[in-house]
Amino acid sequence: MTAKEYQSAAGKAIPHSKAARNIPTAFVVGGLLCVIGQAIIDLALFYGLEKDVASACGSISLIILSALLTGFNVYDNIAKYAGAGTLVPITGFANSMVSPAMEFKSEGYILGLGAKMFSIAGPVLVYGISASVIYGLILVLMGG
Amino acid sequence: MLTDYLWAFLVGGAICAIGQVLIDYTKLTPARILVSYVVIGVILGGLGVYQPLLDFAGAGASIPLTGFGALLAKGVKEAVAEQGLFGVFSGGLTASAAGIAVAIFAALLTALLAKSKDKS
Repeated sequence: MTAKEYQSAAGKAIPHSKAARNIPTAFVVGGLLCVIGQAIIDLALFYGLEKDVASACGSISLIILSALLTGFNVYDNIAKYAGAGTLVPITGFANSMVSPAMEFKSEGYILGLGAKMFSIAGPVLVYGISASVIYGLILVLMGG
Repeated sequence: MLTDYLWAFLVGGAICAIGQVLIDYTKLTPARILVSYVVIGVILGGLGVYQPLLDFAGAGASIPLTGFGALLAKGVKEAVAEQGLFGVFSGGLTASAAGIAVAIFAALLTALLAKSKDKS
């Protein structure tokens, strides 16, 4: 194998072996975060909260956990290995707000911290809420 | 009870694994993936497919961001049933208000108290 052939073969192999490690890691970390959420929901149900409220408690607790871990610079370190496992759960959404808010605090409290907090969460809210409004309009047009 | 946790793990893990496949095999950025997940959640919620998954997998379906989208759709559906056209605009944020308010306040508090490590 010439050096050039090796280069191209290695180039093909690297992303695959990386994906072979990344995907199970994302699965396990994401799954574990959901298990923590489920434990909090079950605890809330045990204390007699309604199902919807208990479900919200699970999300809220994970958001606070994510903010704490991001504040101690732990979440971003886990995220380097877990990829989508820490991105896709609600903790990733919270991290996407906390992390830039911390980083851009030095640029001021209004246009730094306050604005940069929404650099990813903003688009998520824009398109999520707009999609839900379109869905609502369809419901109304179909006669509610 | 224990199977609840198993399904939460498997379904939540699978939804995250799909996200990882998108990161590794497409050029979608994390921001695009989060936006796509929320919008897909709204669509699946609107079509009535997500609720069975929520009943079945619990946090495995509610914690991934698709669950946030489904919650927006559910809020709108309930509000439209009660308030008609007004509910189109009030439903989504009403249902998700607590999560959004907690996230905003926690982000502010953390950013005020914590120090960002240099990322250079």
